[in-house]
Amino acid sequence: MGKTLAEKIWDEHVVRSHEGEPDLLYIDLHLIHEVTSPQAFDGLRIAGRTVRRPDLTLATEDHNIPTTDLDKPIADLVSRTQVETLRRNCAEFGVRLHPMGDIDQGIVHVVGPQLGLTQPGMTIVCGDSHTSTHGAFGSIAFGIGTSEVEHVLATQSLSQAKPKMMAVEVVGELPVGSTAKDLILSLITQETTGGGQGYIVEYRGDAIRKLSMEARMTICNMSIEWGAKAGLIAPDQTTYDYLQGRPNAPQGADWDAAVAYWDSLVTDDDAEFDKVITIDASTITPFVTWGTNPGQGVPLSGNVPDPASFEDDNERIAAENALRYMGLEAGTPMRDIKVDTVFIGSCTNGRIEDLRVAANLIEGHKVAADTRILVVPGSVRVRLQAEQEGLDVIFKDAGAEWRGAGCSMCLGMNPDQLTPGERSASTSNRNFEGRQGKGGRTHLVSPDVAVATGILGHLAGPADLAELEKAGA
Amino acid sequence: MEKFSSHTGVGAPLRRSNVDTDQIIPAVWLKKVTRDGFEEGLFSAWRSDPSFVLNQDAYKNATVLVAGPDFGTGSSREHAVWALQNYGFKVVISPRFGDIFRGNSGKAGLLAAQVDDKVVQRLWDYLDANPGATITVDLESRTVKAGDGVDAIEDSFTIDDYTRWRLLEGLDDVGITLSHEDDIVTYEKSRPSFKPATL
Repeated sequence: MGKTLAEKIWDEHVVRSHEGEPDLLYIDLHLIHEVTSPQAFDGLRIAGRTVRRPDLTLATEDHNIPTTDLDKPIADLVSRTQVETLRRNCAEFGVRLHPMGDIDQGIVHVVGPQLGLTQPGMTIVCGDSHTSTHGAFGSIAFGIGTSEVEHVLATQSLSQAKPKMMAVEVVGELPVGSTAKDLILSLITQETTGGGQGYIVEYRGDAIRKLSMEARMTICNMSIEWGAKAGLIAPDQTTYDYLQGRPNAPQGADWDAAVAYWDSLVTDDDAEFDKVITIDASTITPFVTWGTNPGQGVPLSGNVPDPASFEDDNERIAAENALRYMGLEAGTPMRDIKVDTVFIGSCTNGRIEDLRVAANLIEGHKVAADTRILVVPGSVRVRLQAEQEGLDVIFKDAGAEWRGAGCSMCLGMNPDQLTPGERSASTSNRNFEGRQGKGGRTHLVSPDVAVATGILGHLAGPADLAELEKAGA
Repeated sequence: MEKFSSHTGVGAPLRRSNVDTDQIIPAVWLKKVTRDGFEEGLFSAWRSDPSFVLNQDAYKNATVLVAGPDFGTGSSREHAVWALQNYGFKVVISPRFGDIFRGNSGKAGLLAAQVDDKVVQRLWDYLDANPGATITVDLESRTVKAGDGVDAIEDSFTIDDYTRWRLLEGLDDVGITLSHEDDIVTYEKSRPSFKPATL
């Protein structure tokens, strides 16, 4: 019997396999940041251990980084200490770091692909659950905890039980106005937050093949939001075109050898998945969340659901809690929900393509009077690229705020936070209670919906903007 | 890591599903660079509500948390495990755990005991009827016990063999792996030259 793509990569990375024990997997790339690494470095020091492969390790500062006043030290002393601790640890253990002010600083999951370090057929880990992003290149990439960060630092390997294999076959084509974000949000609502648990998911099919690398990253990024161990997409010409010429991509004879290997990274025709889900992309419309987990979503054209409509007790109670927290009433059309803040950014939707889409939509419009739009590029290079293309001017002319790079309001570890009761439409990945600031209320959306919402002041999609333009003309 | 064989302690019913790690400890609490002192941040948003279960006298010294399905989903922050441990919890019982949370628990020495939905419901009802009652969780026999007589609850829980063995023995994961360093060295010799390096 043949193997799935993920099985091939897995098997190629097994250092040690023993009956009754998880496999010991070799890790090709270990990404680290300031939040989940300090205790791991402490562990090394206490045990007198070193970083086994600093040459397979890369650090950036992202979670705590302010997006304004970039020329000044971090005002929050606790944040500053955490960032300085990372700097000391990287210096002591010989790890390459892209700190604030460096041209390669940014969200760890934007930086890896941008440098060309993320390549097909690799195993990639990071103390961050959105490490699944890197699966877009046809690698096995997943988030780990701090004890595991310490383990990888010390051994460049990780003990892992082999997950089951799932295929998500996306047939058909996404309609105009529907995006990769709408697709993955729809899938998570259909399968719930636990639906992918125990699986590595391969996203396949025509609709996936047609997606750009950046859209593929959006899909894989949110694999964790339905509980999957990892999500990945087989590499193809789109992948190679994205990688070629990047600073850490293979060159010359190495490139040819790499491509020859990457070409083998497909699921064999006779491979069997433990589970297969099929989705018709042509049915996908702009999709938004109404609740407090990413599985509580509905089409933008729909209404806030009635908790009584959920048969499962836990789901019904969760819906009741969510509506109370979100300050919403069952039956309210989603489009009637007024929004205070729009956040465009994060490792889900903070790349250059996302900013191009957003700038293109916002051009010629003004941000609604009682609404603000924050645009936070995923990395310094994304910011500079956008500025070179004049996107920053378009955003600022429309009344949006143009910021420095980092995780920012996705999780509010820096000063970019919602206040209690403040409602956001956010291109990030989590709408958990308090995620964007204590008492804040988050609706997850695509960049397209984010822009339309910011202009109209209530949840809206690109079609609503087109209506507005028609009326104006 | 301390050995874990059996634990008996006050059970706290957390009647919620999808308790993500942002609820267990919000991001603003993650800025510390140590492994201790996270108890203040545990469920910090909910703890401002006087009716929250951990604010009730009966559950003040709880060490066994009984939660709904999908406990510990979301962010990979091991701080969620440390916050529960710093507060005093030794065991979390749930019908389903977030993958990364379950892994982190095993590494840090918090027992994540997976039981059937119905067992959680029975434990909740039992704890509500008997506030401050204890639950016994035995890792050797993989059983959860509460109450006496005809209404006693006794059922099995699921945990993978390897994690169970490590918890029972209190073994350091890095130490185990380094005992196989020869295998790592051999593997490294076979890695293709086109794989990227950061230095």
